[in-house]
Amino acid sequence: MSSNSESLGHLPIDAMSTAAGEATKTDTHGHSHDAHGGHGEHHEEQNFFLKYFWSTDHKIIGMQYLFTGMLMALVGGFTVYVFRMQIAFPGISVPGWGRVTPANYDGLITTHGSVMIFWVAMPVLIAALGNYLIPLMIGCDDMVFPRLNRLSYQIFAISILVLGASFLVKGGAFGGAWTSYPPLSAKAEYNLTPQGAPLWLLAVALEFVAFLLGGINFVTTVMNSRAPGMKMFDVPMVVWMIVIASILFMASVGPLVAGAVMLLFDQTVGTHFFDPNKGGDPILWQHLFWFFGHPEVYVVLLPATGIVAEIITVFSRKKLFAYKTVLYTAVGTGVLSFFVWAHHQFIAGIDPRMANIFSLTTLLISIPVAEMMFVFIATLYGGSIRLTVPMLWALAFIGEFLIGGVTGIFLGASGADIYFHDTYFVIAHFHYTFFPIAFISVFAAVTYWFPKMFGKMMNETFGKLHFWGTIIPFNFIFIPLFLLGVRGDHRRIFDYSRFPDLMKPGMPELRVLATLSLVTLLAFQAIFLLNFFYSLFKGKKADRNPWLANTLEWQTPSPPPHGNFPEGLPTVYRGPYEYSHPDRAQDYWPQNEKAAS
Amino acid sequence: MIRPIATTREATGIPTGRLAVWWVIASEIVIFGGLLGSYLMHRLGHPEWAYQSVHTNTAAGAFNTFVLLTSSLFAVLAHDAAEHKDGKKAAKYLMITCLGGLTFLCVKGAEWTHEIREGFTLTSNTFWSFYYTAAGLHGIHVIAGMIIMLFVAADAAKGKELQRVENIGIYWHFVDLVWIFLFPLLYIAK
Amino acid sequence: MISKYLEAGSTYAGDIDSLILLILAVVGFWGLLAEVVFFGLIFKFAEKEGVKALYVTGEDPKEKRWVSIPHYLTLIFDVMIIIGALRVWAEVKLDMPQADETVRVTAQQWAWTFTHPGPDGKLDTEDDIRTVDELHVEVGKTYHFELASRDVLHSFSVPIFRLKQDIVPGRIIKGWFKPVITGTYDIQCTEICGIGHGLMPAKIVISEAGKHQAWVKANAGVAAVAAPVSGSTGGMP
Repeated sequence: MSSNSESLGHLPIDAMSTAAGEATKTDTHGHSHDAHGGHGEHHEEQNFFLKYFWSTDHKIIGMQYLFTGMLMALVGGFTVYVFRMQIAFPGISVPGWGRVTPANYDGLITTHGSVMIFWVAMPVLIAALGNYLIPLMIGCDDMVFPRLNRLSYQIFAISILVLGASFLVKGGAFGGAWTSYPPLSAKAEYNLTPQGAPLWLLAVALEFVAFLLGGINFVTTVMNSRAPGMKMFDVPMVVWMIVIASILFMASVGPLVAGAVMLLFDQTVGTHFFDPNKGGDPILWQHLFWFFGHPEVYVVLLPATGIVAEIITVFSRKKLFAYKTVLYTAVGTGVLSFFVWAHHQFIAGIDPRMANIFSLTTLLISIPVAEMMFVFIATLYGGSIRLTVPMLWALAFIGEFLIGGVTGIFLGASGADIYFHDTYFVIAHFHYTFFPIAFISVFAAVTYWFPKMFGKMMNETFGKLHFWGTIIPFNFIFIPLFLLGVRGDHRRIFDYSRFPDLMKPGMPELRVLATLSLVTLLAFQAIFLLNFFYSLFKGKKADRNPWLANTLEWQTPSPPPHGNFPEGLPTVYRGPYEYSHPDRAQDYWPQNEKAAS
Repeated sequence: MIRPIATTREATGIPTGRLAVWWVIASEIVIFGGLLGSYLMHRLGHPEWAYQSVHTNTAAGAFNTFVLLTSSLFAVLAHDAAEHKDGKKAAKYLMITCLGGLTFLCVKGAEWTHEIREGFTLTSNTFWSFYYTAAGLHGIHVIAGMIIMLFVAADAAKGKELQRVENIGIYWHFVDLVWIFLFPLLYIAK
Repeated sequence: MISKYLEAGSTYAGDIDSLILLILAVVGFWGLLAEVVFFGLIFKFAEKEGVKALYVTGEDPKEKRWVSIPHYLTLIFDVMIIIGALRVWAEVKLDMPQADETVRVTAQQWAWTFTHPGPDGKLDTEDDIRTVDELHVEVGKTYHFELASRDVLHSFSVPIFRLKQDIVPGRIIKGWFKPVITGTYDIQCTEICGIGHGLMPAKIVISEAGKHQAWVKANAGVAAVAAPVSGSTGGMP
């Protein structure tokens, strides 16, 4: 089903003047658009390395981030497998690892947390999707700074090497949790990882730099390079969300960058910024960390909700309910997220009166987030819902995230947090938010944009099998963890047998249930990988607009060539969600299709 | 280098390069903001740090403030020349700005040498840790600004990429502004 | 709800449990309702041959009701929860009822030292009783505690009291509890404190007055050295 052939006649001015289409038809790379001048002038086949590792094409960079993120997700998945086995079957020799020592255990949980947030959620949701989608969805040929974009990925890749190196050094990988609280993280005599700790911190800091560069690129691109005719409220929601998230990231990460420098000095040259015995203050780190750490939750949440907005509109053939409200709630959430950080520190030794203020702001932030979910649910009303694989994932996001959202209320309410703080209730709560964000929405995105990225359709049957094989075990991991949290299981403990109150009948069984569900969930990911790579090579060929969607990326060939729009850069005439418009026979209306009259 | 069409668009009316510089500055403000905020919190809790800060050289700091402000003036003159398409003149003014940066670093080096000889090092106590970290981070920005400026000046002298003269100028003003905050906080407050 | 699994052992444990129950009732009801509406819509509006989807912008106030009414409901119930939360918070963390006795809790990698006043009821006297990994208290007495750390952050958690407080080196953090049941229960360290974090269990022994006094008498002046459990790396003395 080819899209809007009638719109192809309307070449925008700037496309004609530079003949972008001509340039991009000849080969996928290496034409004048490639900023890398040294190789750009040749017309022979680019070698593999230059094409896939030295490209400045936003699509290639997006895929670099995507594949790197997937690889890191395997690392994150493996680590959780090892330490969950230890929790369920203490002292067992874990297949593929061996016996888990306490030091191993701490290293594994720290790696799991930091990898999943910094090297999976961030690169996939922001960098991969942002890079791939932004230029396509706003109708331009690339990011405004292609070389900066490449540099951003390269710094990101180095950060992974540094993190990897931290496993090989003396003392092993850092085990002070992803929050890295000093004095534990500051002194080798406490954490026993003299080189692992600074390397971990350096890796995180490099990752921040990579995303700062990427974020500047995203924001500038969307502000300046939208297709002619694309007004503020014509921008697809996912693009808005990535931009707001990038700004949130930029505004929140600064203090932590400064904090990281201070902590790195404490670790390596012997300063005492966070050493209470020498005039420093360990709580300061917590403030710097969570001033970033809480907005960071929304940095990854917002792109995920953007993905959901794109997908539920397409597959319910509905206009997004109250576009502007979604946008305002996103901005409102972003602003409020700067005033809630200390809810992570209610019992950390801050002035207890401060908890009142932060408890209040925390409950307030539930309002815009809840409203966003209401909007998505309202969008379904009156729709013509098709339960394709991407739609299943998008709906699952709403259903599961709701649980994550409401359980957050228990923790934001300071009085209840006294009991729940640092228990498995917290773990279950944030996995009910982070798993939908980092995996459910990403699976939605990958299955939805796969035809565009690779020009092939994914297999629906395997897709559905993978969906149910992920969603069902997911709930069976974390519902037991909620129950364990209620019964007092505290976090980051490698063996509960020393705590008689935590070995009452039923509790070890719940731990085993969670672990077995996890193993099941991990096993089902093989189906996804199989489906992904099988479809990549052998899948049915995809049309340019297989889902009959409105946004610009679907109005160009799949996969789009270098330069994105071979027929000329598009001009935009309407918003992205004009589905089932009463004046039209077709139930969709591409953004770049000129009105008939 | 031929840019993507994306780079040449200006939906906001602000050229892309300048827009990006503003975002760079926004992200830098929060980095310095976090560091200085942390310093202020500590400083308020430790009045005894005044006995440490008396050892900083206020005269040298004041001189450096003057040097940086003067160099910023030349950055403005460079921008003005670039506006008039006079690349050679712009390059010349940029070089003078760079010279200002170099003077600043030399004075800083002399100060630090003296202070370290007196035994005030990065690890002496938390005041000195902040002193060296904040000024050091600022110094790195001065060096980075100078390096970029040399490249911009080289291009400008050939009449190329003149819009970058303004962009590096904006960045230089920012570096200058950070110092205006550092100077009273680290030197004058005694 | 929680007391079904874990006894409510302090005066405020019941209040924390009731607060949790209140939140559960509120978010449980509304969360469930949202899920029901959500699933209902999915089934009701499944694709049907020849039925076109509605065109609803959601910008009209009459349509917007569908999100703005839930919006205000969220606000109202948020306020309800916050009032409950702050009241309980004040009771546990802000109020400090007059103490009958004070105990000192010292955490280190990876052990607890508890300093009890001896028969004279005062700390820092010769008859103080210092124990490792075992805290003895008397039921019905109000205790103040003073938390200190020798090295890194720890957290003093007594699940049956629903009590938790981080311990910060370089500071003494104070709080209170009043046990209402007797028995022996877990004390946990709930802030990661190094590789021995999981090896820091301690016990709280809550006894009747007579039994407790007998223990105090028998152990007056015992100063168990704060010996680390296994290979502690020490830190500041």
